[in-house]
Amino acid sequence: MTFREAIRKALSDEMTADRNVVFFGEDIGVYGGCFKVSEGLWKEHPDQVVDTPVSEEGFTGMAVGAAMMGLRPVIEIMYADFYTLIFDPIVNHAAKTHFMSGGQFCCPITVRLPEGSGTGHGAQHTQSPEALFLNGTGLKIVAPSNPSDAYHLLRASIRDNNPTLFFEHKLLYPIDGEISPEPVEIGKAKVIGNGLDVTIIAYSHAVCTALKAAEILRDDGINATVVDLRTLNPLDKETIFRQVQRTGRVALIQDPNGIGGIDAQVCASICEDPETFRSLKCPIMQFSGKNTPIPFSKDLEAKTIPQAEDVALAIAKQFN
Amino acid sequence: MIDKDLSIDALRIMLNSRYFEEKTEQLFKAGLVHGTTHLANGQEAAQAGLCMALEDEDWIVPTHRCHGFSICKGSWPVAMFSELFGSRHGLAKGLGGSMHMPDRENCNLGSSAVVGSGVPLATGVAFYQKFKSVGSASFATSTTQNPKDLPPVPVKNISVAIFGDGASSRGSVHESMNLASIWKLPVLFYCENNRYGMSAPSDKMISIDRISDRAKAYSMPGKTIDGNDFETVYQAVKEATDYIRSGNGPYLLEVLTYRFKGHSKSDRRLYRTSDEEQQWLLRDPIILFEQKLIECGYLTEEQIRQIEKECNDGMELQARQALESRNDKLTPEEVEDLVYAPKEARP
Repeated sequence: MTFREAIRKALSDEMTADRNVVFFGEDIGVYGGCFKVSEGLWKEHPDQVVDTPVSEEGFTGMAVGAAMMGLRPVIEIMYADFYTLIFDPIVNHAAKTHFMSGGQFCCPITVRLPEGSGTGHGAQHTQSPEALFLNGTGLKIVAPSNPSDAYHLLRASIRDNNPTLFFEHKLLYPIDGEISPEPVEIGKAKVIGNGLDVTIIAYSHAVCTALKAAEILRDDGINATVVDLRTLNPLDKETIFRQVQRTGRVALIQDPNGIGGIDAQVCASICEDPETFRSLKCPIMQFSGKNTPIPFSKDLEAKTIPQAEDVALAIAKQFN
Repeated sequence: MIDKDLSIDALRIMLNSRYFEEKTEQLFKAGLVHGTTHLANGQEAAQAGLCMALEDEDWIVPTHRCHGFSICKGSWPVAMFSELFGSRHGLAKGLGGSMHMPDRENCNLGSSAVVGSGVPLATGVAFYQKFKSVGSASFATSTTQNPKDLPPVPVKNISVAIFGDGASSRGSVHESMNLASIWKLPVLFYCENNRYGMSAPSDKMISIDRISDRAKAYSMPGKTIDGNDFETVYQAVKEATDYIRSGNGPYLLEVLTYRFKGHSKSDRRLYRTSDEEQQWLLRDPIILFEQKLIECGYLTEEQIRQIEKECNDGMELQARQALESRNDKLTPEEVEDLVYAPKEARP
């Protein structure tokens, strides 16, 4: 099942399980969604799929209000770049609902945000804005890298009583994979491999880069463990610390630029933990996207994000 | 004229609102309250007229100038004062403050302190109410039919999106009106036009004379009324809510009023003349209503003074009660625990 189909299945399964799950967004009905994630969903759940006008702030705010009353809305923001339009209802309202009402209300809304570069859509359709929400206390942030995690984590997000941002990298949509029967909890990272030389931490599309880099390194006799964060808030510090301590070397990879990013937060956490910090044999290596808006030109766009070859080369240097 | 019992209730509620604001101002001046506050003295008819015309289970989403709405919707003044003191006995356990007094029990979702941002939330409450009446979101899905062409679905309860003249310029308000209109959501857009958005006069900032004229653009009825006359407000809200409850969709009601005090506690009111203020003080909604009650023989002047005294004393007592426990605060651990909703909170 592809990543795209996994998300569609998660939506469908949750809508079947709970009539209070209502899906809102632009062109998500007959059109099937801008990335065809919800293709045919309206036929299976004719009463739960709502096409909206181009009013991101309005319909997101509306979904927040409905969630406070007991609905479990899922909204699709066509391109994650339009996050600017939902910042107010999500950060000022959804994220603070439980807190500011002294626990009287909660806001179980899920926001799906297709993100990422590599599609030639220019700088306003290719951003990965997850880090901008990291500072918005009260949100959960999820960014899976494979179909199985996408399926289970979307279901978990919809069932969670808190507002959850669900980032889907657009390049992952066609990726194929098995859906594990085991559910996945929000807040748990995934460990891939058990190499003792270096720990590579990544999330979403960058996990593909990490796995590729690990493969190149293996040819050089360097064995890596890859940690797929899966959830960006709350961070699974326990897994991060354990896996860093095992190898004493850590490389962080993310597609967006590194300023105030998710990796900066991971880096800070590692430095703060005495045991993990002391286990480091070399400086923490960070590989982030370039600090430019995403260029349109195909070659330039591709070079904006970290490349597996560069990552592998830099890691290998630590062993010379 | 509305009946005697309702009139006397209305007087008490308006007086309670006024005295709550007066006590609040005194507490601030005495340095007992932290932060800021937005007083609604002068807007009592607009607030009581609305809330008293609603059913108990109709929901409101007030503005940052919310105390009066909370009082009128039935919130307990001790819990409101406690909120002002930041104590754990406040409506929001002291985490909200003057602008945030949500009260689930009394169907008050709480205010947004981002002017105009409560309007989409109230529209969402209306979506939920229609969803509950219909049993699904079919009224908003467009699989076979244009939702605009679906027959009206009567609803038991409605939602009120309260906003001011200032907020009427927000995009979120316009987007909400469009959404409510296409899906015929049971929401009353209640524009409390008190003439100024902070210091900005509405006639300078808004492109039309009557905000209710915006209703035409969203295919809903719109009406502008005198917001300082309780009965006018009460009747207009009844008329609007009957229309909404019958399933016809949203309604925009603009009530013209005036805030006697400044925008917030630090406002020196340089943008308006004392002459204008004096003119409006002559139209104090409570005094106007009291005169009416005397004219139609419901109450004597003496009885009114007695009710005023009872309400004032009662409010004083409640403020004192909250004052006594004002240092009873949440612990930092309890505060952190409230950031995320627990698993079992699933509604």
